Formats: sequence, C-alpha cells, structure tokens
Amino acid sequence: MRQVLLVEDEANIAEALRFILSRDGWAVSVLADGARALAEVARLRPDLVILDSMLPGMSGLEILTALRADPDHAGLPILMLTAKGQLRDREAAERAGVSAFMSKPFDNSEIRALVRDLLGA
Amino acid sequence: MPFNVLVLTSLAYVAFLFVVAFVVERRAMRGEMRFLRSPVVYTLSLSIYCTAWTFYGAVGSAARTGVEFLTIYLGPTLVFVGWWWVLRKLVRIGRRQRVTSIADLISSRYGKSNLLGVLVTVIAVVAATPYIALQLQSVTLSFGAFAASDPQAWAMPGRDATAIWVAAGLALFTILFGTRNLDAKEQHHGIVMAIAVEAVVKLVALLAVGIFVVWGLGGGPSAMIARIEAHVDPQWAMQPGRWAGLIFLSAAAVITLPRMFQVLVVENVDEAHLSRASWAFPAYLFAMSLFILPIAVIGLERMPAGANPDMLVLTLPLHEGQGGLALLAFLGGFSSATSMVIVETIALATMVSNHILMPAWLWLRPQAAVSGNLRGAILLARRLSIIMVLALGLAYFRLSGGSGALAAIGQIAFAGMAQVLPALLGAIFWRGGSKLGALLGLSIGFVTWGYTLFLPSFGAGALISADLLQNGLFGLAWLRPQALFGTGAMDPLIHSIFWSLALNVAGYLIGSLLSFPDPVERIQGAAFVNAFDDELQAERVGWTHGQAEPEALLNMAQRILGEEAAISFFEAEAGAQGKAGFLPDLTPRFLAGLERNLAGSVGAATAHAMISQLFGRATVTVEDLMAVATEAAQIMEYSARLESQQSELSRSARQLREVNEKLTQLSVQKDAFLSQISHELRTPMTSIRAFSEILAEGDLPAVRVAEYGQIIHAEAKRLTRLLDDLLDLSVLENGAVHLDLALSHLGQMIDRALAAASQTRPERNFDIQRDYASEEIHLRTDADRLVQVLINLISNSRKYCDAQAPVLRIAVRQKGGRVVVDFIDNGAGIAKDKQGLIFEKFARLSDDGRAGGAGLGLAICREIMGNLGGTVSYLPGQKGAAFRVSLPLRIEKPQERPMEKPQERPQ
Repeated sequence: MRQVLLVEDEANIAEALRFILSRDGWAVSVLADGARALAEVARLRPDLVILDSMLPGMSGLEILTALRADPDHAGLPILMLTAKGQLRDREAAERAGVSAFMSKPFDNSEIRALVRDLLGA
Repeated sequence: MPFNVLVLTSLAYVAFLFVVAFVVERRAMRGEMRFLRSPVVYTLSLSIYCTAWTFYGAVGSAARTGVEFLTIYLGPTLVFVGWWWVLRKLVRIGRRQRVTSIADLISSRYGKSNLLGVLVTVIAVVAATPYIALQLQSVTLSFGAFAASDPQAWAMPGRDATAIWVAAGLALFTILFGTRNLDAKEQHHGIVMAIAVEAVVKLVALLAVGIFVVWGLGGGPSAMIARIEAHVDPQWAMQPGRWAGLIFLSAAAVITLPRMFQVLVVENVDEAHLSRASWAFPAYLFAMSLFILPIAVIGLERMPAGANPDMLVLTLPLHEGQGGLALLAFLGGFSSATSMVIVETIALATMVSNHILMPAWLWLRPQAAVSGNLRGAILLARRLSIIMVLALGLAYFRLSGGSGALAAIGQIAFAGMAQVLPALLGAIFWRGGSKLGALLGLSIGFVTWGYTLFLPSFGAGALISADLLQNGLFGLAWLRPQALFGTGAMDPLIHSIFWSLALNVAGYLIGSLLSFPDPVERIQGAAFVNAFDDELQAERVGWTHGQAEPEALLNMAQRILGEEAAISFFEAEAGAQGKAGFLPDLTPRFLAGLERNLAGSVGAATAHAMISQLFGRATVTVEDLMAVATEAAQIMEYSARLESQQSELSRSARQLREVNEKLTQLSVQKDAFLSQISHELRTPMTSIRAFSEILAEGDLPAVRVAEYGQIIHAEAKRLTRLLDDLLDLSVLENGAVHLDLALSHLGQMIDRALAAASQTRPERNFDIQRDYASEEIHLRTDADRLVQVLINLISNSRKYCDAQAPVLRIAVRQKGGRVVVDFIDNGAGIAKDKQGLIFEKFARLSDDGRAGGAGLGLAICREIMGNLGGTVSYLPGQKGAAFRVSLPLRIEKPQERPMEKPQERPQ
C-alpha cells in the first residue's frame, strides 16, 4: 500500500483529505506541525507528500526547499496546496521544485486524480 | 570838536553803511553778485578779527608789554598761511553740510546731537558776552575821550546812555540786515559788504594815525626806530611761555570765534577765495600792526602820565590838535566795534535760535512743526536772540563797570571759545571722535575755563570768594582756581589755557575711546573726515593714465561678469573708441560704463570700491564699506529668501516622497491584506466544499453524515464571523460607527464580558480576581462596544494563557477623568518582539488552540477604543499577558476621528 504524508494544520481539511484518499486505498498519515514534517518524512519514507503552504513552525515552501536539497528525497513527489491563491506563491513553489500545485478549495475528484498520477498508479 | 558834529558824523557813517548793505542786499536778491564774489570782499570781511580790542587795545597792550600784542596777529597768520590743512577742509565741510554756525557743525558732526549744539551755544554766549560788552565800552570810551578833550564845548551824556544808544542802534542794524530773509546757508551779503567797507575804514584810520605819528611826530622811520629802541621798560621783556600760549590762543580763536566762523565758513561764497585770503589776510593784519608800536611809544612820550593807553589812537591826535584825524580814528574804532558786534550777534543769534529757542518752542508746541508757519517763528526767534545777545552784552558792560583793560577781556573770550577747538579738529580729522568724547571734553574744558579764568576775572570776592581764590575749593590747595595741582607759578592766563585745554583734550580722547559712535555719528564722521574724497573722484574722471592696466580690469570684470560677457563688453567699448581688436583705453566714459556694468552684478558700492582699489585709491571709506555692507545684507536677505523657498520646495518634495512611500506601503499592505482575506475565506470554504462533495455521494453511514454536516455548519459559521469582523473593522476604521452613549456601570459590564467569554474554551477553569469596590464606576460610553472589547481580551486570555492553574486579574483604577482597566493573566505572556504586532490585522501569533478567530480581534478592539476616546495597549513587564484599557469617564460627544491612519484602512 502506497504511503501518503499529509501536512495540514486545518483539522477539517485534513479530515476531508484523509477520508477521500483513504477511500481510494492510500495509507494516509496526517501531521499538523510543519516543524516536525522533515523528521516525519525521514521516518515514514512516504511515496507522496501533500503540503499546505501556511503551516505553524515551518512553512510549506521551507519544507519543500529542504526536501529538495536532500538527495535522499530528490525524486519524492510533492503536492502543494495553498489557500492564498496568488500566482506568486505558485511560481515560488515551482521554482523550488514542487511536483504539483493545487489551490484551495479544490475539487475532490481532481485531487484524487492528481494523487493517483503522482503515485504512478 | 563839538559833540553834535561827532554824533552827526557817526550817524552819517551809519546811514552810509545802511545804504551799502541795502543796495548790496537788493542786488544780491536780483542775482547780481559779481562784485560780491570777489576774494577782496571775503578777505576784508575776515578783518572783523580786528575788533576795537585790536584797534584801541593793541596800542594799550604795546604801551604796557611791548611787542607782545603781535602774538594776536601771529596766530591767525600761521593759520592762514597753513590754510590748506584746516581752513580749506572747514570751508568745504561747511559748504557741503550747509553748516550755519560752529555749534551746528559740532552738533552735526557728532550724530546731530542737539545737546552738543546747546553746549557750544552756551560756551559761545558766555565767552562772547564780555567781548561784546568790550566793544560797547570802547565806543563809550571814545565818546568820553572826545568829551574830555573839550570839556567846555559839550557835556558828555552818561556813559550808560551812550552804550544803550549804541546797542540799540546795532540791534536795529543787525535785525534789519541779519534777519531780512531766511537763507538755508545763513548768508548775509549786505552785512558782509558793510563789514568790508568798515574794514577799509579802520585800516585807513589806523594807517593815517600811524603815518601822522611816524612822520608828523616821530621824525621819520629811522628816528622812530631809534626812539623805540631808546624806550626802556622792564615790562617789555619777552616772556616765551606767554608768547607761545598767546600765539596758540589767537590761532585757535581765529577758527572758533563765532563771528570768525561766520565770515570764514558760513559767508564764504567760493572756496577759491580762501587761497587769496591766505596771504591777503595776513597782509592786512601786518598793515594793522605796523604802526602800533610807534603810536604807543610816541603816546607814552607825549601824553600826560595817567592817560589811558588803550585810547592813545584817539587821544594822541586830539592832543596834537588834529581834530579831523581824531574823527577818522574815531570812525575806525567805531567801525571795529560795530562790525564785530553785528557779526558776532548774528552768529550767536543763529546758534541761540537754532539750538535753544526753536527746539524749545517746537517742544512746547509740537503741532507747529506741521502747521507750516515756521518761517515767522524762526525770524521772530532770530530777532529775539539778537536782542537777547546785545542785552546780555549791555548788562555785562553795566555790571562790570567798564573796568579792566580791553586786552584782558579779549583774551578771556579767546580762551573760552578755544574750548571748542579739540572737538572741532577732532570733528574734521579723527573719525574716532564721538559724541560722548565731545560732550565730555567741552564740558570739562568749559568748567575749567570758567573756574580758573572767567570767574576770577571779576576780581576776588566778586563772583568767587577771596577765600576760595586763596585756599581752593573745599579748602583743597590743589584746587585753587589759579594754581590747579600746584601750578601757581604760571601766568594766570597761560595756567587756565593749559589746564582747561589739557583736561578738555583728555576728556575728549577718553570719552571717544570709551564709547562707540552710533550709525549717524559714523556716517557724519566719515562725511566730515573724508570731505575731500569726492575731489579724488573728480580727479579720477580726468585721469587717463591710471595705474590700473586694462588687463587687470578685464581680469576683474571676467571674474564678476563671466568670461564672455566681460570680453564682449570690452570689445564693444574698444570698437566705440575706434580701436577694435585691442583693449579699450581707460577713458572716464569707459570706466563709468564698466562700473555700471559691475554694479549690476555686485552692487554700486562694491563696484565703486573695486574700481577705486584698482586705481590705487587705497582708502576705501567707511561710507563705501557701509554701502557694501548694505548691499551684502540685501544679497543675504535675497539668498535667505531663496533658501527658504528652496527649503519649502524640498519640504514638499519630502512630503511627496513620504506620500509616495505611504502609497507604496499601502499597496503592499493591500496585497498582503487581500492575500490574508483570501486565505481566511478559502480555508473554511475548502472544508465546506470537500465535505459537501463527500456528502453528495450519498453512500455514507449516518454517523459520518452527521459528523461531516457538523463540520460544514461550523465552517460556515466561521465564514460568517469572519465577514462580520471584516465589516465591523471596516465601519470602525472609517469612523462611520454609531455610538449608543449611555451611563453604564463598569462592574456590570465586566460581568457581561466574563459571562460571554466563558464560552471560549469552556472546559478551562479560570480563577478570576476582581476588586468589586473599584468597579463601582458609572461610565458614559457605548456599553456594547466596550463589552465587545472586554470579551475579546478575556477570550484571548482563555485561549492563550498556558498556565496550569490559569488566573486572570482584573484591576480597575480611576485617574482624573479617565478609567483604566488592566487584564493580567499568569501565562507566558507575549514575546517582546511580537508585542508591537498584536494589534495588527491577522496578526495571529499561533495557530495552536485557535478558537476560530481570524486574527482580527485586537485590531477591532483598538478601533473600538479609538472610537470611545480611549486606548488599548499591551502592558509589558508583567508576569503574564497584560492588556490595559483606558477610556474617559464621559464621552461628551461622539469622537470625530480624523483620517489619520489611512494605511490601516484597506480599500
């Protein structure tokens, strides 16, 4: 079973994503604290990381940059979510090497399809 | 000779003088002044130096002390021979400054001080009164001499009566010709001509008597010289000290005596006359002195012992039976006396009326100065002054009893008037001389003169007591009037001259050095001392081989006008001179043009000073410098104006920059705000959308449906609250809020807030510490709004206080018209670097344990408190988080909030 790490501090959003992705057969692990994200990636070695951009402790962009700097996680697919909806954030994330980018609110079927693609299924 | 003949002759002579004066006056008024403009008339008018004192007294003096009388002629001779140094300058200044008297000159030079004018006038009147009396006495004596020679023929009227008649006649003449009209320069052509005629009469009379004596009585010149040499008198021994003193005194007198100043300076119509007078006047004096000694020697030989030597000129011809010659001598003496009295009276009357009567009259009737009828007043003052001066002379004559030798009285007058000399010479040669110095010197000299010479001259016991004369003032021997500081061995006259002038000069120097002249004094000082500067300028105009090279001028002009402008000006000038391609000649026309050109850039005074400097005229005068300073001040004022304009410009530029920065900042803040709003709106919407899609699939267990429905509901409420907050904030920030003002109880409001806030994290059990007594305050405010703030603060505490046993202390204090409510909990508080941020919008510090707020709470609190006329602030330095609410007891009217912080208002 493919492992998905979801880093999201909004409990309700995390619950919604956990529900729909679990239902698709992915193992979903939820983390609310950005500061612990890197350690969790190292421990869990997920197949996909879904990052919220606004996180307590460490922002999504910072986590992304740190992961991409680590050769261990060079090929790790990372999906970034943002509620700010500004082009600037998207460009910054793409420069940092994000795999995919999605604005909140999202269409459930879209995010499911995207996760499926990213996991290579 | 019958008395009638004498009187008739006198009257006829006087009438003749009237006619002369009248005719000349008429012709002068018609502008026919050609013969008046003769240096001969000017020189003859100067002969009023030779008064009755010289006419009669010189012979008396010679009879007593030998050739000492010559000193009285030597002083003026020296002054006139050296006319270039002093007289020329005096006359120039007198004409330039329209000086009307010596008092006017002194007053004008020292800052136009009328006090000085009054002082000089007083000195002149005091010194001249005995002198005028002396003239009256000589006329009376000459009448007496005739009477004595022929006692049977006629009875001599009382000597007082004679003096009164003479004085009255002189007053009439002086008023008629001295105050006919007002002339700005105080010139009296009729009188000057009459004096010139009288000068001829007295010279002819004295020469006639002298010739008669030498050739008629003395047996020719060689016999005469032998007789003089045979005359041995120990009194005739020469006293060098007295000689030096008397020569100096008469030199001073010829300048300072009011009548001499009048004819020398005031009545001068042409400066060139001075150069003629410089030899002609000494020649006249020489002629006047030529026969003095022979007359004295023959008189002493032939006249009975005890005859008045002062009257020898008259009595010797009478004694020898020469009635006609005696009459001529009488007319000569009469001329000497009358011309002196007339001019002296005019001079003194001018001073008295200009410096005393008119100022006093204008002071008493200030409105007269503007009413315009000053002419009549001035003429009246002038006439009254004439009568007053003559009356003073007459009074002195009667009081003094006509005693004393003529020469002594004359010397006293000389010494008195000589006190003006230091101030006068300082006035025209020393720019440092100041008003204070002049006042000091004049008054000290005048007092010393009065004390050492004038008062004692009346004799011991007359005006000062014999005791004082013997033992000195206050019994101090060194203050004896005729032996100041123990110098009793000196001749009294020399003693007085020495001390009065020494103290006078010392006072003048010290006063001048200790005081700083005011601007008027400085300007006048410069005008007087530099009286000949314009002459140098005049010379410059005609000066084509100047020391300045055209290259130097071009160099200077280039620096001031700029290279091209200077060259084009020089080229144009050279072309105009017909030598295009070369530098122009330094013609006056070119220099004037250059100066004008430079003046356009640096100001007229500076330009003038520069060109003067280049032409080697080394002395740039104080006036030049002052003019330069004035220009510099104007330039500075102008540049100050420019500077202020510039600073105004840079101020508005700075304001523009600030506004621009603010706008940029606003734009950035707007973006950040929109981004925040977007995030705050999208977050709940994300949950709502995701769960509603899940619910729409319709295959969920009922428990999940309920749970997810609950989430959708909560997130929808969160959205609503966010929108409410935004709207609230918008209204508050725009000041469009409506306040419901009413009296409310503070304790009750806190109760309400606590009750409402208890729904925030209701699971936490807070220990609320209150002092109910302190909350017994009634506030006039908007209770709902205030409670909203209180709820927010208490909720925040409930949300963020991380203590195990949380405590919230609410402390109320009333300070003046304000109430302060502090909320202090026992949590970790807010980090120092975050304290400044918490009142900003969306400044949520932590997302942990958040109760659905969007981070607008404290921003709203701040806006509400602003509307309530109060503040909310973070209290640093407390154990936990501490907020202070401060507000007035009463809001009298809804606060008009100025739009002072536009950057905080989005859109």
